[in-house]
Order: sequence, then structure tokens, then C-alpha cells
Amino acid sequence: MPEKEKFTLVLFSGDLDKALAAFILATTAASMGMEVTMFFTFWGLNVIKRNEGPIRSKGIMRKMLNILNRGGASRLKLSKFNMLGMGTWMMKKLMKESKYPSIDEFIEMAKDMGIKMVPCSTSCGILGLPDDAFTDGVMSQAGAAFFLAQARESKTTLFI
Amino acid sequence: MKADESIDCFGLMCPMPIIKTAQTVKRMKVGQVLEVVATDKGIKQDMPAWCKTTGNECLAIEDKGEEIKVYVKKVSE
Repeated sequence: MPEKEKFTLVLFSGDLDKALAAFILATTAASMGMEVTMFFTFWGLNVIKRNEGPIRSKGIMRKMLNILNRGGASRLKLSKFNMLGMGTWMMKKLMKESKYPSIDEFIEMAKDMGIKMVPCSTSCGILGLPDDAFTDGVMSQAGAAFFLAQARESKTTLFI
Repeated sequence: MKADESIDCFGLMCPMPIIKTAQTVKRMKVGQVLEVVATDKGIKQDMPAWCKTTGNECLAIEDKGEEIKVYVKKVSE
């Protein structure tokens, strides 16, 4: 069998709309037979944080940060017209009416399709996020060299 | 056109018809034809692109106004 074409993307943003774009492209690429790696860094880590459970960070500053910046796919907000949550609520309602998957559902789809989801180790270190802060099926943390090694081999690389 | 299987993607938006197509084609046999019934206009461009990348054949696209029927033949495993 010929080696699979690779597709790598960085999700830097923790906005609902940008996460949606990232998952649409990642799942489509996987459906086209590509080997997909999604690298989550900084605010993008919010997308793969668990929706439930305790704050897992240690130290008062990191705990406070992760209370304010709770994360979890179901808590993401739109980058525009959030309007104290009303805009995001409306967008989610419209997506549901259009039978469109939520980010949580996209994450499940990504796992089923064998998409590799990798949290950035530096961001995790600074923000105080252990591996178990993330939803099941997310791979162990990796750094910039891992991403660049993947990106080098990929025909398409995106930064969102 | 005759098809071995049909999937209903009525009302589903990009990329869901493509993802459903990929899932269905995966478990079909080589030579079989899949009918995709969709309403997402993008499918007219997306399905030929998907077929080109995955090495399958896009046999026909029937645009009936709101409803679009696409036929895909599985070429290889």
C-alpha cells in the first residue's frame, strides 16, 4: 500500500467558529484518506479540555487561570457576536436545527477516524494542564519539533 | 441510474455528505455504486474532488433543483 498523504494543522484559537473550521477540514481530510494530525496549542487547548470534572492544575495562579479559562468543547464562544453568550447560543441552535454536528460530536468523529489530536507540551506546562485534563482519546503531549517533523512530511499544513 | 446502496444526506451540510460517503464506500465492495441524495450545493464540486483524491469514480451528478443525486463507483479497496 502506498504511504498515506499527510495533513497537519495547528489550532491556536479557542473560538467556537475557528475550532469548527479546523474540525471540518480535519475530518474531511481523513475521509479523503489522509493521515491527519491536529496540534492544539494555547487557547486551542480549551477545545480538547474535558467538559466535566475538577480543575486539575496545581498552584494557585494556574488554578485561578483555569477557573476563568475553564474550556471544554461545549463552553467555546464565537470570536464575534458572542453578546454575553446570546450569539453563541443562537449559533449553536442554528447548527442543531441544520443537523450540524457540535464540536463535541466532531471530536468523537475525529477519534473514530483515527485523527491524532496532540496537545502542545509547552502550553500545557505554562497553563498547568496534565494529560488527564483532556478528553479521552487525546494523545500524550508533544512539542514544536514533533509538529515540525509532521509538517515537513505533510503536503498541507494549516495554522488556525 | 442504478445503485447498490443509497444514503440520505438530505439537509446535511458540508462536510457531512462527504464523510457519510467515505464511511459507506469503505464497507462496500469494489465495483459497487453508491447513490448520495443531498441538498448541499457544494457536493457538485466536493464529490468529484473526493473521488479524485481517493481514486474512486464519480459516475454522474444529477441536479434536480433542490435535490442533488450523485453516483459514486468504488474502484479500489
